[in-house]
Amino acid sequence: MQTNIANLGKNLAQQPWGLWWIQARRLTRIELRRNLFSWKASWIYFLAYIPTVIIAIHMLFERHPSFMIGEDTNVLAGIVQLYYIRLGVFFGCLGIFSRLIRGEMIERSLHFYLLSPVRREVLLLSKFAAGSISAVFLFCSAIVGDFALMYAGFGAAGRDYIFNGPGLGQMEAYLLIVVLACLGYGAIFLLLSMMFRNPTPAAMLVLGWEAINPVLPSLLQKLSVASYLRHLMPVSVSADGIFALLTVQTEPVSGWVATLGLLLLIAAVLTYSCYRVRTLEIRYTTD
Amino acid sequence: MNDTIVFEDVSKFYGEVLGVNRISLSIPPGITTLVGPNGSGKTTLMNLMTGLVQPSSGRISVLGLTPDSAPEFFSMVGYCTQFDFFPRGVTGWQFILDSLMLHGMEEDMAVHLTIEALERVQLGDAAGRSIAGYSKGMRQKIRLAQAIAHHPRVLVLDEPLNGLDPMARAESIALFQELGRQGMHVLISSHILDEVDRISDRVVLITGGYLIAEGSIHQVRQEVHEKPMQVLIRCEHPELLASKMFAINHCVEARLHADGKGVFLRTADIDQFHTMLCGIAAKGLVKIDAVAPADDDANAIYQYLIGSDGSAS
Repeated sequence: MQTNIANLGKNLAQQPWGLWWIQARRLTRIELRRNLFSWKASWIYFLAYIPTVIIAIHMLFERHPSFMIGEDTNVLAGIVQLYYIRLGVFFGCLGIFSRLIRGEMIERSLHFYLLSPVRREVLLLSKFAAGSISAVFLFCSAIVGDFALMYAGFGAAGRDYIFNGPGLGQMEAYLLIVVLACLGYGAIFLLLSMMFRNPTPAAMLVLGWEAINPVLPSLLQKLSVASYLRHLMPVSVSADGIFALLTVQTEPVSGWVATLGLLLLIAAVLTYSCYRVRTLEIRYTTD
Repeated sequence: MNDTIVFEDVSKFYGEVLGVNRISLSIPPGITTLVGPNGSGKTTLMNLMTGLVQPSSGRISVLGLTPDSAPEFFSMVGYCTQFDFFPRGVTGWQFILDSLMLHGMEEDMAVHLTIEALERVQLGDAAGRSIAGYSKGMRQKIRLAQAIAHHPRVLVLDEPLNGLDPMARAESIALFQELGRQGMHVLISSHILDEVDRISDRVVLITGGYLIAEGSIHQVRQEVHEKPMQVLIRCEHPELLASKMFAINHCVEARLHADGKGVFLRTADIDQFHTMLCGIAAKGLVKIDAVAPADDDANAIYQYLIGSDGSAS
């Protein structure tokens, strides 16, 4: 056992980590250029910033008496939980991450990467990193914008709420939630895009799974991104009707357990994706 | 390090469809041409070699390496595929530079090699333009530039002459010849047999996924026993020569050259044929100016072994 561990350690030490790091950085840079600076990505910008635009319009045309801070805080929590996590980040990540491998198969340009001197695992993880950076950049900047605009209308009361009250802590929690959502959904959609020619129907199943997840047994709840994120919400959203299904409270879990649980889920999905990419074949005619 | 490309009993099935079946090959350095009709398995063989598809059975190694060890393998191998598609929105310059940067080299070196590769395929002036605006021939050239930019030891070219005008074809063939002379492995699949024939050291004939023959063109031609070899003899009195050769019962067919200054003769035993011809020349019966094989080329071998309809004979 000890010999095996020693051999594994020796083997790992002999790997060209420096080269992989350089390749990963360069691949990520190329992918970022394609993800963020193309017309095809414009609808993802729209998904990310449409709440920001709406909040800005409200800020310009509505009066904000200070007693409404609590109400607007709930509105912001609703926007994050019901719009960003359920729709914006979900579909934004579907667009970004399913394009990374499947999109290049559709455009018939993936073979250039597979013929480059880059290990396929490095390629996959670099693409995942680029997709994550793109998604995190778009959605986190949108959240910061939403937050700033939401409280800007309250003037001094708003500033006090942010800097002396719970505001800053809530924003940090929202940013953590969005980062984890991007990573979680990103890993899932990257895998789905390698498993299916058209990952959209499978993504719709994931959306359905996420919706019914709160009413499933606790073991199955662990196979969901939203279930982990729910435990990190700084403000609970009370919802009626159909939205109640989206905000069902499950057994309480501490923040760090939820974060660690989601990171483990992401690691498991990425490990399986690495296995899939090693055996990936280029057969454009059948793809 | 091993200096050959080796296929050991390699088969590839796409579901129930046969790609290639039990191919065993050992390819030394030089220019090797893969010859076969459409759908015969040429591209599958190249894709198997470079790891774009995985073999259903058998083993492949290129200079002792497999595509699993990508950094070492692809620093030695360049593959110019038949796929006429590129990453969206890139310029020719960016396309080559990006691929070189993935080798982990310094940017200065990558820039130097990009310039060199673009000059080699004479695309320097168009480098700053988007590839989407390139002609088919230019796209073919930029793919070739990308495949050779990192100075690989093995160059795999799938129909590299497609879309090129006659001038560009001649330039490309000259480039392949130069690379072959430098001791590189150049593996070409092409249906423009007349042109690759002039530069190939070896041919690999494949049809329906099966290997039909391999070796030097001369070697393969000699093994096609059922098709007597055709020889063109340039001489003063071709009719007389033909009658003499028939008289000693050694020719199966004779046909006068269109200019009347030569004759095509077919023989089942080329060595014996040359002995007889020397005898006739020595006796001074016919003054012979030149003797050259007339069907000792890839085109003829293709016709004999595969047939114009693509079916193996």
